Amino acid sequence: MAIIEVDNLVKRYGDHAAVNGVSFAVEQGEIFGILGPNGAGKTTTVECVEGLRTPTGGDIRVCGLDPRRDTRELRQLLGAQLQESELPDKIKVSEAMELHSSFYREPADWRELIETLHLTDKINSQFRKLSGGQKQRLSIALALVGNPRVAVLDELTTGLDPQARRDAWDLIEAIRDRGVTIVLVTHFMEEAERLCDRLALIDAGRLVALDTPAGLVAKVDDRQRVRFRPSAPIDHALLVALPEVISVERAGSQLVVTGTGNLLLAVTTVLARNQVVAGDLRVEQTSLDDAFVALTGRTIDA
Amino acid sequence: MSALSRLTVSETKLFFREPLSVFFALGFPPLLLVIFGLIPAFREPDKALGGLRVLDLYAPIVVAMAITMFSLSNLPQAFATYRDKGILRRMRTTPVKPAVMLGAQLLMSTLLSVAVMVLLLAIGLVAFDVSLPRQLLGYLVGFLLCTLSMLAIGLLVASLAPSGKGAGAIGSVLFFPFLFFAGMWSPRETMSEVLRRISDFTPLGAGVQSLGDAAAGHWPQLLHIAVMTGWTIVAGGLAARYFRWE
Repeated sequence: MAIIEVDNLVKRYGDHAAVNGVSFAVEQGEIFGILGPNGAGKTTTVECVEGLRTPTGGDIRVCGLDPRRDTRELRQLLGAQLQESELPDKIKVSEAMELHSSFYREPADWRELIETLHLTDKINSQFRKLSGGQKQRLSIALALVGNPRVAVLDELTTGLDPQARRDAWDLIEAIRDRGVTIVLVTHFMEEAERLCDRLALIDAGRLVALDTPAGLVAKVDDRQRVRFRPSAPIDHALLVALPEVISVERAGSQLVVTGTGNLLLAVTTVLARNQVVAGDLRVEQTSLDDAFVALTGRTIDA
Repeated sequence: MSALSRLTVSETKLFFREPLSVFFALGFPPLLLVIFGLIPAFREPDKALGGLRVLDLYAPIVVAMAITMFSLSNLPQAFATYRDKGILRRMRTTPVKPAVMLGAQLLMSTLLSVAVMVLLLAIGLVAFDVSLPRQLLGYLVGFLLCTLSMLAIGLLVASLAPSGKGAGAIGSVLFFPFLFFAGMWSPRETMSEVLRRISDFTPLGAGVQSLGDAAAGHWPQLLHIAVMTGWTIVAGGLAARYFRWE
């Protein structure tokens, strides 16, 4: 059964519809991504799910609860990590964790949580002394300290350096392994591709596509290109004859073979049979970036 | 412990980590009382004041100043900063409502103001022979009403200020006229008729007069109780009307 159901969600500010008829369902235990450019309505959507905003229309259920009516109960079941939400400068990590865990009915062991998030050596540090990555991790710890069934993480890795970002990704997978369903709001393709089981692509307040990352890419274009420098001339007809191959072109000293399916295996098998070695072999696939452009007509950063 | 008491403890701990705030709110009013007490002329009974000493007039004024430190300086700045930083927003995602944070701030300010007031009474009594209020209950009523009205004004400042810095600035601008009418630069007894009449209608003017009356053994005057209650209701109501959690 779906743990979050969003049905035809509409949120209007005056004449402007920030969210315009978005529907999706999040299954228990998955990492569900909400991907889209800045201002697409991602945050508004999750803030309605979190019960922080009142939808203009549509229906939302989180663990069977209505976020507006059953807010008290929802707060026990849903942990939220918000964009740009700090703590008092001089509160210590241990104090913040202790205080927040006291807010919940059945809190998690906050020391263990801090350990998982690699903050144990910062336990006596004040919030202002933490680095950006450490603040983000503390923010995740606070979102999880109530032992939630669902965690909503909004633009978690924005502002982190690449290493800290990768650490955060490992962490999110570790949290999912604890049995928490995760909704991840992001505008980083790489993050969405690497982490999410399924993705909702939102643009200008509308749901553009909903699929696995691979499914989104395949929906747009499942063609791949194999590029290599043959060690000896090879008859193009041998390659074109393969069912996987669509076209073969010469680009300088290189051959570019375009096709579908298990193209790489098919091409290398023919080459091996003809004693041709493929130098500088490279496979180019349609990326999620390409898929985004194809689905929305623009790049995500535009 | 309830969430309110835990948050109050936490906020109080955080307050004590700001040395400057601690000095001005907790240390400065007692220091001022000691300085006034060390001025010989302030310790001479004055016939024009009905046999009172200038120091006796200043005792309630310094108490009013302590209230003002918490309500116009600490409270609005702390609260507007919490709003700026999204701390109140984060609270909205937890089972504890941000209103409890507001409650914790008010409770902390009130309790610490009471502590400073007790300290000031003790210093006055022990060091400078300022007798304890003869109408103790009246004194407490006057003190609490004055504190409430000032905290309500502090919340209104926090509600209207665009940012934490803005709240601090508005607080400091209000600080001086409020204390002027409390009699900081010239006690109410030495004010002109017009000024004293205006002072009657300010929360600190009404507060200082109530404390002075209670110290002399009388109940605060109805006018002053009404003025402080009025400020509490009007400023508190407006603060509630314009309050923003984010």
